[in-house]
Amino acid sequence: MTRIKLYLPVGVFGVLAVVLFLGFTLRDPNLLPSALIGKPFPAFDLPVLGAAGERAGREGLLGEVRLVNVWATWCPTCLAEHGELMRIGAETGLSIIGINYKDDPQLAVEWLRQHGDPYDFNVVDDAGDLGVDLGVYGAPETFLVDAGGVIRYKRVGDVNPVVWRDEIAPTLAGLAGWQKVEAVLGDER
Amino acid sequence: MNGVLRSSVLVLVVGCLGASAIDGFDFPDAETAARYQRLITEFRCPKCLNESIASSGAPIAVDLRRTVRRLMEEGAADEAIRDHLQTRYGDFVLYDPPFKPSTWFLWFSPVLLALVAVYVVVRVARRRTVSAPSDAERERARRLIEAS
Amino acid sequence: MIVELGHFATVLGLATAFGLAAVGYLSATNAAWRGTVTSLASAQLVLVALGFAALLNAFLTSDFSVLYVVENSNTALPWYYKLSAAWGGHEGSFLLWTLMLAVWTWAVAVLGRRLPGEIHGRVLGTLGLLNAGFLLFLLSVSSPFERLVGGPVEGADLNPLLQDFGQIVHPPMLYLGYVGFAVAFAFAVAALLAGRLDAAWARWTRPWANVAWAFLTVGIALGSWWAYYELGWGGWWFWDPVENASFMPWLAGTALVHSLAVTEKRGAFKSWTVFLAIAAFSLSLLGAFIVRSGVLTSVHAFAVDPERGLFIFWLLVLAIGGALTLYALRAPVIRARTQYWGLSRELLLLVNNVVLVLALAVVLLYTLYPLAYEAATGGEKTSYGPPYYNRMFVPLTLVLAAFLCLAPVARWRRTPMTLFRNTGIMFGAAGALGVLLPLMIGGAVDIGAMLAVGLGLWIAMTHAADVARRRRALTRSYLGMVFAHVGFAVALVGVGVTTAFSHELDVRVNVGESVELNDVVYVFNGVEQVQGPNYTAERLKFVTDTGATLHPEKRLYPARNQVMTEAGIAPGLLGDLYITPGERLPDGSWGVRINDKPFVRWVWLGALLMALGGVLAITDRRYRRLADRDAVSAPSHRGDRRQPQAATA
Repeated sequence: MTRIKLYLPVGVFGVLAVVLFLGFTLRDPNLLPSALIGKPFPAFDLPVLGAAGERAGREGLLGEVRLVNVWATWCPTCLAEHGELMRIGAETGLSIIGINYKDDPQLAVEWLRQHGDPYDFNVVDDAGDLGVDLGVYGAPETFLVDAGGVIRYKRVGDVNPVVWRDEIAPTLAGLAGWQKVEAVLGDER
Repeated sequence: MNGVLRSSVLVLVVGCLGASAIDGFDFPDAETAARYQRLITEFRCPKCLNESIASSGAPIAVDLRRTVRRLMEEGAADEAIRDHLQTRYGDFVLYDPPFKPSTWFLWFSPVLLALVAVYVVVRVARRRTVSAPSDAERERARRLIEAS
Repeated sequence: MIVELGHFATVLGLATAFGLAAVGYLSATNAAWRGTVTSLASAQLVLVALGFAALLNAFLTSDFSVLYVVENSNTALPWYYKLSAAWGGHEGSFLLWTLMLAVWTWAVAVLGRRLPGEIHGRVLGTLGLLNAGFLLFLLSVSSPFERLVGGPVEGADLNPLLQDFGQIVHPPMLYLGYVGFAVAFAFAVAALLAGRLDAAWARWTRPWANVAWAFLTVGIALGSWWAYYELGWGGWWFWDPVENASFMPWLAGTALVHSLAVTEKRGAFKSWTVFLAIAAFSLSLLGAFIVRSGVLTSVHAFAVDPERGLFIFWLLVLAIGGALTLYALRAPVIRARTQYWGLSRELLLLVNNVVLVLALAVVLLYTLYPLAYEAATGGEKTSYGPPYYNRMFVPLTLVLAAFLCLAPVARWRRTPMTLFRNTGIMFGAAGALGVLLPLMIGGAVDIGAMLAVGLGLWIAMTHAADVARRRRALTRSYLGMVFAHVGFAVALVGVGVTTAFSHELDVRVNVGESVELNDVVYVFNGVEQVQGPNYTAERLKFVTDTGATLHPEKRLYPARNQVMTEAGIAPGLLGDLYITPGERLPDGSWGVRINDKPFVRWVWLGALLMALGGVLAITDRRYRRLADRDAVSAPSHRGDRRQPQAATA
């Protein structure tokens, strides 16, 4: 009995080592889960980028499945993912809405002219208030919003072909109101 | 290349520390100012983990501080402000999350360990005292104590 | 060229470490090898020191053909920061770690040369094996000697946060402590291998454990002090994983230092003491893994590289797993036959150990729980902060403090109840003052501050009374205990008062305006431009009606284009005034944060007293007789009725 007790430390350490190993190999400590999956997209009322006087709100998102992308010209990763957004917009016909986050609108317009514009429209979130409502903590972040305006998926960091294939396209496939699923998945397969 | 990457990681982390986190808001009275001060230390900055939004210099922390102040001006109670941030950023922003399944372990494990600790002390102490000292032992002990 | 020589010396150091491991274990059974062991330990020190000197030289001469220098230095740095930049990043700081281990190894080889061969050889063999692992890690995946083809003309600069006096002294102290516990670890492994676990073993181990503990205490205190003045929010402890990483070995080390006393004097707690000796260094290794692998997010962690994390992980598994397996197989199960009654010193030390280990378990569980939770739920996150730690830690500290009051009075085996009479009277006096003083200092009722001050005073009183009673019979080891315990009381008072009665205010001020916080008026006298050695700064000037002048600065370091705030502090034994600059606002006014931190210095002052006590204790005469082989069987304590020596293999 007493002898067995001496094995306790090495046993505890074994458990600890497994936890450390799993934690170390499996996770990205900087990634936060979104608290908003399954919740309605927050209401907003913001100017539309490049269209003086025009404003857009949550109603503007309803009726169709949308990919909502938070981006800025000061964010290098946004440029890195831009090509993939262009491809998604062109090949799948998925509606993409941009939130130009804490940015200079003039630079943003120029940036879109230079790198191409996959967005149906952009809203200008200068102060970052919509960002706070969306739980954004850095750019880029991307949300998949269903036709009823409910957030179904969130990606922190760049959207790339792997993320599209493994995460966005399958989520999309489960959404009512998205007609081109088969075509999309067929492409990817 | 590797080195360049490494440095850039460092810079990111550094953006959090040592930067300014003071907005110079005006408050109507000292109590409101103190309440604000207390509230902003309750939330974790989602960008600079392990810093509160009170001390973080990240832009998102600035936004969150502004949000807290706005909600205060709108007359929100502390609980409502916590809820507001929690529904948007999840439990992760709370430094003092409520008692619930994911934190049960944190409440119970120390208490359980403390009970084990008390048990160990009592058991060891009693094991040592079961055999009462003989008279000779007592005499010897007394002499030792007097001598020391 | 010098860098390559340094690299080569370090490679030879690795070979020497392996040699030391082999020859060390050989010499345990074959006395002919003993001289070689000491030579190898010296050679290892010289070689690793040469490697480190080469790195220092590369920094001093700004050799930007070395990648690590490029990443961490800059020609504009003052020379002392160029030197300290050598341990400003992962690679160099780990080279410092191996150098520290080489220093300790050499010290054991020389100072412990009269130890029995079976112990001496195995201790050094174990230390050699450890440093071989570390040097292998250094040279394979974190070499600071890596060249950069076509290096730039200018370096990226040392992180401005680290350009500070605190960061010159904090890492070496901390590492001396971390690595110092390797000696106690090696003594434990040697004793288990030799099957020789007795009071003499405890007496040999005790000075080493004490010194390592003292260094770690100073290291942690310096880190806390640095965070306090450099990070600009006036906090001195945040339960950050990296802080916890240093705190866990400290808790284990504190338990070890006390448990060793029982094993040395009473021959009891043997297996437990050996376990703590293994645990203290194991937790140092765990800390290194946490800091250097990025497994937990922290504000202080080094840049992350998964390859390195995995390497340290396997080092950790081998070293700790090996030692604990050895422990399970070889630790003695014989129950010590010592007896004690009531509030004896044995019982108090038992309580001390149980509380410290409980605190350690809480910190360990809380630090790693996010990992476990995520692994168990498949990616769900959990998060909690200082309030969770404090809720568990504060009561434990108070229990510890309450029992500490009895420490000087208690005797081995049993304490006559009459001795406690004065303790009771002092309890009344300390209790009354503990209620009154916080009221006077803070002007408000705060239970935490009252408990801290009351218990702190009680500890100080009982110790002072015992010193007065003993007068001439004061040994250094006894005085060391008094210093350390009073240091704990001082820190306790500091923590209690500063937590309860600090004030904070964020305001906007214009030049010429004044602000009042807690009855002190701060006048903003103006801003001047200052040119530092490698930065430009706007220096604000505040004068208070108490006669203090504060100079908070907003610095721009052009090398990294980084803005840093430097708090303006008016330090004082009874409290600091503390101003952090914010932004200059469009209307020309400044946002500033004013802090008022009563008794905050006591936190670090207490830690220094503790460390001083640890060092004082080992200058005691009986450790100087350590060399005498026959001291092993001589009673070390008058009237000590030690049980018969455990059979030695």
